Amino acid sequence: MASYIGSATSRIDGRAKVTGEAKYAGEFNVAGLVHGYVVDSAIPKGRIVRIDTSGALGVAGVIDVLTHRNRPQMADKDDAYKDEAAPEKGSPYRPLYDDRILFSGQPLALVLAEDWETARVAASLVKIEYQKEPHVTDLQAERAKAFAIDKPEKPRGDAGKAFASAAVRHAAEYFIPTEHHNPMELFASTVIWDNGQLTVYDKTQGVQNVQQYLCGVFKMKADEVRVMSPYMGGGFGSGLRPQYQVVLAALAARALKRPVRVMLSRAQMYALGHRPASIERLALGANSGGTLEAMTHEAIAVTSQFEEFARNDTGWGNLLYKTPNAKFEHTLVKLDVPTSCDMRAPGAATGVYALECAMDELAVALKTDPVQLRLQCYSDRDQGGDIPYTSKQLRECYRQGAAAFGWDKRKAEPRSMREGNDLVGWGMASGVWEALQMPTTVRIVLTANGHAEVATAASDIGTGTYTIMAQVAADMLGLPIDNISVKLGDSTLPQCPLEGGSWIASSVCNAIANTARAVRDDLLKLAIGMKDSPLAGAGVDDVALIDGKIVSKRDAAHAVSIASAMQAGNADRITREEANKVAEDKSHARNVHSAIFAEVKVDEQLGVIRVTRVVNAVAAGRILNPKTAHSQVMGGVVWGIGMALHEETLFDHRYGRVMNANIAEYHVPVNADVHDIKVIFVDEPDQIVNPLGIKGLGEIGIVGVAAAIANAVYHATGKRVRDLPITLDKVVQFN
Amino acid sequence: MARSGTAKRATRTITMPDKIPIRLTVNGNRMELTVAPWTTLLDALRDHLDLTGTKKGCDHGQCGACTVLVDGRRINSCLTLAVMKEGAEIVTIEGLAHNGELHPLQQAFIDHDAFQCGYCTSGQICSAAGLIAEGKAKTADEIRELMSGNICRCGAYPNIVAAIQQAMERS
Amino acid sequence: MIPFQYARANDVADAIKQIAADPSAKFIAGGTNLIDLIKYDVEGPSRLVDISHLPLRSIEPTSAGGVMIGAMVPNTDLAYHPMIEERYPLLSRAILSGASQQLRNMASTGGNLLQRTRCFYFYDTAMPCNKREPGSGCSAIEGVNRINAILGTSEACIATHPSDMCVALAALEATVHVTGPAGTRSIAFADFHRLPDNTPQRDTNLEPDEIITAIELPPKGFSTNYSYLKIRDRLSYAFALVSVAAALELDGDTIKEARLALGGVAHKPWRSSAAEAALLGQRADATAFAQAADWLLHGAKGYGHNNFKIGLARRAIIRTLDQAARGKPQSVSDKKIR
Repeated sequence: MASYIGSATSRIDGRAKVTGEAKYAGEFNVAGLVHGYVVDSAIPKGRIVRIDTSGALGVAGVIDVLTHRNRPQMADKDDAYKDEAAPEKGSPYRPLYDDRILFSGQPLALVLAEDWETARVAASLVKIEYQKEPHVTDLQAERAKAFAIDKPEKPRGDAGKAFASAAVRHAAEYFIPTEHHNPMELFASTVIWDNGQLTVYDKTQGVQNVQQYLCGVFKMKADEVRVMSPYMGGGFGSGLRPQYQVVLAALAARALKRPVRVMLSRAQMYALGHRPASIERLALGANSGGTLEAMTHEAIAVTSQFEEFARNDTGWGNLLYKTPNAKFEHTLVKLDVPTSCDMRAPGAATGVYALECAMDELAVALKTDPVQLRLQCYSDRDQGGDIPYTSKQLRECYRQGAAAFGWDKRKAEPRSMREGNDLVGWGMASGVWEALQMPTTVRIVLTANGHAEVATAASDIGTGTYTIMAQVAADMLGLPIDNISVKLGDSTLPQCPLEGGSWIASSVCNAIANTARAVRDDLLKLAIGMKDSPLAGAGVDDVALIDGKIVSKRDAAHAVSIASAMQAGNADRITREEANKVAEDKSHARNVHSAIFAEVKVDEQLGVIRVTRVVNAVAAGRILNPKTAHSQVMGGVVWGIGMALHEETLFDHRYGRVMNANIAEYHVPVNADVHDIKVIFVDEPDQIVNPLGIKGLGEIGIVGVAAAIANAVYHATGKRVRDLPITLDKVVQFN
Repeated sequence: MARSGTAKRATRTITMPDKIPIRLTVNGNRMELTVAPWTTLLDALRDHLDLTGTKKGCDHGQCGACTVLVDGRRINSCLTLAVMKEGAEIVTIEGLAHNGELHPLQQAFIDHDAFQCGYCTSGQICSAAGLIAEGKAKTADEIRELMSGNICRCGAYPNIVAAIQQAMERS
Repeated sequence: MIPFQYARANDVADAIKQIAADPSAKFIAGGTNLIDLIKYDVEGPSRLVDISHLPLRSIEPTSAGGVMIGAMVPNTDLAYHPMIEERYPLLSRAILSGASQQLRNMASTGGNLLQRTRCFYFYDTAMPCNKREPGSGCSAIEGVNRINAILGTSEACIATHPSDMCVALAALEATVHVTGPAGTRSIAFADFHRLPDNTPQRDTNLEPDEIITAIELPPKGFSTNYSYLKIRDRLSYAFALVSVAAALELDGDTIKEARLALGGVAHKPWRSSAAEAALLGQRADATAFAQAADWLLHGAKGYGHNNFKIGLARRAIIRTLDQAARGKPQSVSDKKIR
């Protein structure tokens, strides 16, 4: 039997998705369902003076309108609201808690009606009187108030002094605006009340996180709340923290003792978390030989007034480039906006964008090829901890990516490549992310008919978790993949961390391997118990499960079928639950890497930019499924195109309000924006990172892509645009 | 500070416009339902007929997730009032497979991994079915342009184009 | 969203009768913009009169040599109609440059003219906006105005008209046929849409109780030398920052007749007789095109974020005229601007 691991297996949930059978959080239509519609704040800061709900309550079919004044009891301590992904510092937002308004779009009332159409109509009739207070939403205007948080990386040497005396210097500021995840599915929760027990269908990247959070907020016992999320219509980080609609739906279901659904509008989703706007300052100093002497990376990012959210924007240079002197600083500015949150490759998407543009600018200053500069500065060690990597095939990424792209045909001079009205630009960048594992438990139930159920409380947010779980289980249990059923997205299943940070594949699959080994051990014991067992004397690691049989590794002729072993032992099922082993080993750095090459064509006169080709060469350990892995990285590239050219949440700071809170004017790439994307997986065997050598792919696809495009735009036009997105008016001086 | 209980009931009840009975043929089945004048075809399908395969991604014609075929043409069901489609033939994602056999587009989407989270997929496939029926797209550029009304945030676009090309070749 | 009644009109006379009976009623045809606005609480009609089933779906040649297009013809049917593709390809391409195929399948010809602005402040009911709420003020003038107008603005409003189709119809000098309680009348396309002045709440000169029944194209379609170029922030499914419809009649390389209209820059498709006159008798070259651009943009004014539109429009005009003169119209699907 061929191995499923490493084979391009089609998604096992594919059929459910292409037929419309896959049900998402807002699609469980139970009898007697109450529909909730949120009324949100028109101002960013102040107090609610009065909420007049009489008009809404007068609409036939309206059941109730919940506000901070009449809502049922909720917890009053911060701890109850601190979910797994909450920032350490601060006081999490509590929906409908009191009369304080902390950000525009904050939910102020929940209209509950017998049908959705009625709820929506009644919501328009809720009148709110505000007492406004002065607000701030502009990072640039408030940057002087930035305060330092714990430094993510320690300084080395004296970066300031080394920069001052460096032969070639580059220093500049880069800007990344606020971005919103905009998953296609609207945030929704359906909460079914049954005698005080809640079954919650939620749009979340962590069913157990939501379960624990709801237990805290409503002081409920663990067995009183079950959270399910069999499918999720895109997360990208937006579903790591429980969002307010799940609180509102649970609040209403408990108050009405009825099932309740709350679905947010696209506009309301702009009052959830977001990628924080950040100002990133880079200062790179090199000697004339083209190696780094100094690196300073300082970031100023946005958080809310009530929580301190920060990610590592600045430490990535320590992983990529050798330098004796380095300094990193991360500061925050508090604004009257919702707390920022993780969004695909948080910290790296922004920080590496700035770093890799700065490296490109340094290459220009040094008159060195950008790939050559990166090779000259290549670091074989993580300089932060001065430790080696478990594996790092980044050199090979540069080589294979450059070869596939045809980088050697690049003319170094900006504006030197043309095609009719178009200036052609080729740019490149490096990418880096972490290869983490988190504690995870997997349960396998093997039945005598040769079927196995593999279960853990993971989420498949489109990443392919269902499929890789089936592949790994099929291989480890020696069964055809069709005999494997995968269960996830249910808080009652064995413990699993949030689906984020690219750690699910490694965590879940290594746990499957351990659980499968335990199952194998049980099977072997049954087989050995058989009369004249051909496996007598064998230990668990002397045998493998292959083609439905327990087979001696020394002599394949020594085998017992799983069915006969279980029959002999009178076992109709074997159930085992095991965890992965998360190494505390600090002796190695664990990272994934990539090299991105991009081609843009820019109309010289009009500034219209097309990204015509991207090659992303990724070294990410073992690739479990080249098909879904390719999609993951390709999707990351599309995100990078959006980040480079399109995405920006536009605020009117006078009103503290998002002006493009929709998906028509908040531009994400459409089909016409995306052309040739080539994904290369560089071979990277890794015996150290974890037993299966898996590193994860969710984030790496986007990291560096915006920089490669920005660098290509510079190469095409000679114009360096440092603030994203690169719109045509920034490329061409029109007036 | 907060107290449980029901908000004060208004003395005056607003009378709502009467609901309207309509007939639709959905995936070959004749359906009778009663809707508010402002019930969209999307909400009628999802909430009234429990056909949740058609997705709500923006409710404003900005994303294409709600695409269905009405009398053979692809439209955004979120901007269509159900009452205006009295008597129309609607085909949704649930109506594309026949006797358990997938529509060539559905199979092509699986073959080419033309989706990740799956939430835009129903709209993409219905839109692609409309595109093939229109017969206006021949080249990859033309497919890209005429599929640009369907946003895929997971970024599966190149695979979507490949899947459509496969289905076109086989149809 | 405010609740509304629904009624279907049996014929044009019935439609007019129904709308006259209820001043806060509105017609609905394709619904692509009206339903959108109702959901955002920007529009709150008491009643929708459904005119989508009216028998106004034909595209017929006229005795004058032009074409009469029924107001209920869906945008795609119009764009792909053989007569339009062959004789009025400028119109075809402009239509296909707007929205998405799904929306074009729904949107009617008449309704396309009545699209309302996409100004952010018009859409956000928490904001002052003179167009939505006369007298409340224009937030865009000192606000986020990247997408707003540079021509024909007033102190009350700097909104743009979002249609692509209308830019081509303006260039082709179409006529709008309407029917009201007093009978029928025709409105020249140039007189159909209004500038904001002090009444930005009124987009057009159509009376509230009038219905568009047809759009008439004159005989001349400029099918040899034309182009429609749309510049936007992504390559499809986005409103224009600037769009240009250019149509030329050439004698050798001398311009005998010229039509030039801009989208995305004003409260209506923007034309200038001076700009077109400046092209007459000129050689079809960059100098002439630049002069025409300057005439067309005469008096253009930026409001900060949209300052770039002036220069962008100038270059886009020159390029589009060049494409038209070369007989190489901009492709809708190939995004390279040749």
